[in-house]
Amino acid sequence: MRLHDFRGGVHPPSRKHLSAGRPIESLPLPSRLHIPLQQHAGAPALPVVTVGQQVGKGELLAREQGVTSAPLHAPSSGRIAAIGEFTAPHASGLPLPTIILDTDGEERWAEREPPADPFALSPEEVAHRVGAAGIVGMGGANFPAAVKLSKARQAGVHTLVINGAECEPYVTCDDQLMRERAGEIADGIAIMLHALQAPHAVVAIENNKPEAVEAMSDACRHDARIEVLSLPSRYPAGSAKQLIQLLTGLETPAGGRGTDTGLLVHNVGTAYAAHRALRHDRPLISRIVTVSGGAVPEPRNLEVPIGALAADLLAYCGGVSDERARLLMGGPMMGQPLPGPQVPVIKGTNGILALTPDEIGEAVEPSPCIRCGRCVDACPMGLLPLELSKRARGEDWEGIQALGLNDCMSCGSCAYVCPSHIPLPQYFAYARGMLAAQRREEQKARRTRELMEQRQARFERQERAKAEAAAQRRAAKKPRTAVLEADED
Amino acid sequence: MIAAMMTLTVLGSLLGLLLSLAARYFQVPSDALREDIMELLPGVNCGQCGYPGCGGAADALVAGTAAPTLCPPGGAALARALAAKLGRALDVSAGPPLLAEIDESLCIGCAHCGKLCATDAIIGAPKQIHVVLQEACTGCGVCVDVCPTECLRLRPQKPTFESWCWPKPALAGV
Ligand code: SF4
Ligand code: SF4
Ligand code: SF4
Ligand code: SF4
Repeated sequence: MRLHDFRGGVHPPSRKHLSAGRPIESLPLPSRLHIPLQQHAGAPALPVVTVGQQVGKGELLAREQGVTSAPLHAPSSGRIAAIGEFTAPHASGLPLPTIILDTDGEERWAEREPPADPFALSPEEVAHRVGAAGIVGMGGANFPAAVKLSKARQAGVHTLVINGAECEPYVTCDDQLMRERAGEIADGIAIMLHALQAPHAVVAIENNKPEAVEAMSDACRHDARIEVLSLPSRYPAGSAKQLIQLLTGLETPAGGRGTDTGLLVHNVGTAYAAHRALRHDRPLISRIVTVSGGAVPEPRNLEVPIGALAADLLAYCGGVSDERARLLMGGPMMGQPLPGPQVPVIKGTNGILALTPDEIGEAVEPSPCIRCGRCVDACPMGLLPLELSKRARGEDWEGIQALGLNDCMSCGSCAYVCPSHIPLPQYFAYARGMLAAQRREEQKARRTRELMEQRQARFERQERAKAEAAAQRRAAKKPRTAVLEADED
Repeated sequence: MIAAMMTLTVLGSLLGLLLSLAARYFQVPSDALREDIMELLPGVNCGQCGYPGCGGAADALVAGTAAPTLCPPGGAALARALAAKLGRALDVSAGPPLLAEIDESLCIGCAHCGKLCATDAIIGAPKQIHVVLQEACTGCGVCVDVCPTECLRLRPQKPTFESWCWPKPALAGV
């Protein structure tokens, strides 16, 4: 396959050496796991367990609600301690409904029924099992994988792209997964191809991971449908739109889906999870997480049960050595700043980073825009970040949408190159929040109008009913008076 | 001299005619504007604005004697829409929206508040504790005054996961 190019992009220092090449270790089982009901795009899961109930490892804890949603399973055996609220791994620090599980350390699996041969199942059944295993996009998008598979099959997607680019600095969990478990990933790819009924798969890996490229090439050698490609390393090559552009030269239309180009992008971790679900009937209850950063004494890749706290992971890696460190979930470019270490790992968590002020460049104060245009050159979506941020500062919400705010994928390339250190993506996040608030207000206004009209209609109905009742009483009285009158006659 | 006077008179009357025609044809007819405003207003004549129903409110808005923020049930979204329609600046000094909340330990279930709420935001049977549905409350405050035990208060909305948004970056001189 001939590679194309995408616009813009940057070369941040990769700092992957901190955690790369170290074998995956298992985090010792924490005594308590916190499993938020909303770990995926779409509707939150609905608990099916009660407080005090004993659950086996892999048992269903909460089922999906609606089409775009995902179920949750017990990451270990134990007792449901509570179903309440717990701080979400989100910059707001607000709580989300969460199932809290006290583990018993026995790791006792609930009964499993793996299919004898996944390829004997219908494509629908494979997609269904992927959904029932709670598998969501593991690169951070958190979109339910089964929904993507079914839609893509219906759309006639011809190529499954397995995203092993891992372009975010520091993060090496996909790299390590490919190095150590390439065979399982290749099997997962074959299973997904079956679910898609697609003829071709491409594993795309940035060329700064030669070991992973080699391991995957070896594992996929026997399957002529799977091609392993090494990509030039440039951030954000691992973003779905840029990846599709690299492979096909096609730009995903604004607001359009990647499948319009005939390609479907899934993360390597998702392929691995599909293998586990279809070969061993194991739901998605653990994942590999990179723990790294200048403030982490022993950076590592850990296999972690969903619901373990960031604090558990950091403690296992030697604690946080700098109290000014900033905690992030995900990579430094697109990751989520954490309100503290007491937040759970979710299905889409690829990294827990503790970065020193130097690493973040926090020490440098922003200064006014000098209109140098570097942000424009760096933006992979062809936007004008300086103009967008100007609109956000001036609260010009129509203007910022007209300039393409919706196309911005918050990749942070613009801020990375800005010589004035302007936090451009923060302005865009602020603008998105304000626009969402406006939409909510408008919705509420519509709802208010409806409610008031309903109330009005109710009053009118009551009035009518009263009038009718009065009329009836009058009508009922009449014959009697008539009879009386007749009697008198 | 006479010619000049004639010219000026003719010119003056012609221009006057033109002006009056222009006024007639280019003016946004206030009837149409009033109708547009009526479209925007909730149209349920609750009277919370202090005018006799939405029609009265629309008249006051067209006449310029009322502010775009006049309609409590309409909330901020309506105020914005009205300001845009009337081409007027919107005074956005208000803080986060306030919504009614009932202190359950004080509620005696008199059911006075529920009868007044224009959006049926208060639910509860007589002699039972009442609650305010935050999604339906517009924060108009009508219910607060009728409560005999003063258990109804307007409070700032708590941010939720859905409503939380990133703050504006605070930068000097950028
Ligand atoms: S890179 Fe920074 S300073 Fe240069 S134009 Fe963009 S926002 Fe302005
Ligand atoms: S954050 Fe948005 S504006 Fe900035 S480079 Fe990325 S896509 Fe472009
Ligand atoms: S407060 Fe609003 S809904 Fe009520 S009468 Fe006035 S304009 Fe109409
Ligand atoms: S403040 Fe009271 S009367 Fe007004 S909408 Fe809210 S609950 Fe109803």
